[in-house]
Amino acid sequence: MYKYDRFDAHFVRERVAQFRDQVERRLEGSLTEDEFKPLRLQNGLYLQLHAYMLRIAVPYGVLSAVQLRQLALIADRYDRGYGHFTTRQNLQFNWPKLVDVPEILDLLADVDMHCIQTSGNCIRNVTADQFAGVAGDEIEDPRPVAELIRQWSSHHPEFSFLPRKFKVAVSGAAHDRALLKAHDLAIRIVRNEAGEAGYEVLVGGGLGRTPMIGKVVRDFLPKGELLPYLEAVMRVYNAEGRRDNKYKARIKILVHEIGVEAFQARVEAELRAIEPISPVDETAELARIAEAFDTIDYARLAPRSERFEAARARDARFAAWAQTSIFTHRVDGYAAVTVSLKPVGGVPGDMTSEQMRLFADLAERFSLGEIRVTHAQNLVLPHVRLDDLHALWLELADAELATDNVGLITDIIACPGLDYCALATARSIPIAQAISMRFGDAVRQAEIGPLQIKISGCINACGHHHVGHIGILGLEKRGQESYQITLGGDATENAAIGELLGPGVTAQEVPDAIERIVDHYLARRLADEPFIDAVRRLGVDEFRAAFLGTQDEAA
Amino acid sequence: MNFAPRFWGLRMKLLDRDGVRADTFSRATPGDRDLHDRPIVPLESLETQLSSREKRHVGVEVSNVASVEELAPHFDDLALIAIVFPAYSDGRGFTLARRLRNAGFRGVLRAVGPLIADQFAHALACGFDEIEAPDAIAERQPYEQWRRAGASISLPYQQGYSRANSIFEQRRLARRGECNA
Repeated sequence: MYKYDRFDAHFVRERVAQFRDQVERRLEGSLTEDEFKPLRLQNGLYLQLHAYMLRIAVPYGVLSAVQLRQLALIADRYDRGYGHFTTRQNLQFNWPKLVDVPEILDLLADVDMHCIQTSGNCIRNVTADQFAGVAGDEIEDPRPVAELIRQWSSHHPEFSFLPRKFKVAVSGAAHDRALLKAHDLAIRIVRNEAGEAGYEVLVGGGLGRTPMIGKVVRDFLPKGELLPYLEAVMRVYNAEGRRDNKYKARIKILVHEIGVEAFQARVEAELRAIEPISPVDETAELARIAEAFDTIDYARLAPRSERFEAARARDARFAAWAQTSIFTHRVDGYAAVTVSLKPVGGVPGDMTSEQMRLFADLAERFSLGEIRVTHAQNLVLPHVRLDDLHALWLELADAELATDNVGLITDIIACPGLDYCALATARSIPIAQAISMRFGDAVRQAEIGPLQIKISGCINACGHHHVGHIGILGLEKRGQESYQITLGGDATENAAIGELLGPGVTAQEVPDAIERIVDHYLARRLADEPFIDAVRRLGVDEFRAAFLGTQDEAA
Repeated sequence: MNFAPRFWGLRMKLLDRDGVRADTFSRATPGDRDLHDRPIVPLESLETQLSSREKRHVGVEVSNVASVEELAPHFDDLALIAIVFPAYSDGRGFTLARRLRNAGFRGVLRAVGPLIADQFAHALACGFDEIEAPDAIAERQPYEQWRRAGASISLPYQQGYSRANSIFEQRRLARRGECNA
């Protein structure tokens, strides 16, 4: 894992002192609430429905056991004993007090963490493939690039008052597990014809009110030229992104309105203007950062574990869990294990301090002290020996962390919704819980197979509903919660925006509506045909008829 | 329109790296018959002003959507360019300042508008020399707060922005030191 050098550590401490000063100046009146708002947001502090919410950065989703333990301590001392993992791989505390926040930031800095730019109209915390450095389909580990961008974008003098937020994601793999095409800017590590690794840059993706798929603006950016290129993109956006309407202020609207070619031309012109400025020695920086990720001392193991195979053969529950939870590690004899934070009927992404501590212990015993956070609000133990899987599973089961639903219908992404969020128009969590209860039976879930449901409690789409196989958007219609259902969204390299199936349904009707869609799939699928493939083959219209049929019967 | 007189007439304070100081420039409007020693004029009347005055004493005020192209021909004749910030949350002025510096403007760059103490560092790093903020803000946020906020990050990451050193540059020097050793 990346460890702060003395410069990083000093920077984060200064940032804490800066925020402490800002809080003091707010409390004594030098800063008005309007002036303070962007400052607190740039430090991850929101004012929600009932309290402040503090969003802690987990850069590119990488977390150590020591850090998770510290989060548990903060949860107990300054919050209500739990935290919530988000769709941008971060962790939120829902009940901190403003005056306590500087102390929380100090505790975070103690373990190389912070809340910098987890909110506000700035370059946000960078996300990445949760299997970075682990996946076999990877050209290169994207974490050094992500870390370089984290540093370069921190407290940026020019790009801290952008038209709107700016989200960056990075992946080095063939398969997209980082939702690249739904980001303001995404970097994919690719090889050119000469076999050199470089960057494909996508711009203008995003969900929210106007969902758009990102477009390639550079198909191959040579290594060593990334930061000037990012600077040029940001400068064009900062100068020309719309500021007259916050719903049209994201870069996707600018790219859409002027066209991708015109946008490219502006970026290239900007690049020519900054060429004389001495750039960072990116190659040396990336090498320095990469060293920190290369320190893992894997054991030499056989690709096949007899112990694992035997356990799988004799224990059906373990086999079912292994089936959904294990991701092949690039190193023989290891597996990356996804741990579901979606217990049946539970709150997606929530974790108690007790579970955090236990999980930190398990990470140290079984996964070289390392943890990943996924954008699907689950955790990963990235380096588990196949030999240890059964022992790990037993311990997870004791902590009620062995739900075998990763990637299945109850592995639901849901934003906090009206239970917490000031922007929400409807509840998300209770909808997720109701669907989870309806489909909670393990056998039934396994029978349905891979199916992603994503729920947002407002048009801002934090729950990624647009790219859910089934998407649910909670709105408010005449004082009533109304849920729109979309079908056919895809969060992978085949990114697609789901199509609306029909008029909104009430909260109570949602589980029935989902069930009707699922039943139609089960009736019509080919052998082993996953849900999303069946939707593509059969077409959304057929499912729409099934969905509307439900409504007719209800009427 | 590149001329944004919205703060004209408002009582403003001028501050820079050294503190609050008197403004040696004054605003001159096109019909103005008073003789301004060091006038700040709107972009529209810049050509006339430059032809009728001693060059090097004229400043121009522009909005944050002004283009480098329209200003660049006058760089050598301009003592000052003032960029208007309509709101402190509007960061376009930072990019314009940076573009003007990249294009070679060496005169004084002034940020005009309701900036706050916490943006002092951003402004200086992007190439501004001074801030002209409404009295209301300057009084609520005395210069000591600007000084403190401006110095709150002693070593930033970004290379090539402020006069201060950067973390990336410090690391580069450290690497070179190791190689030489």
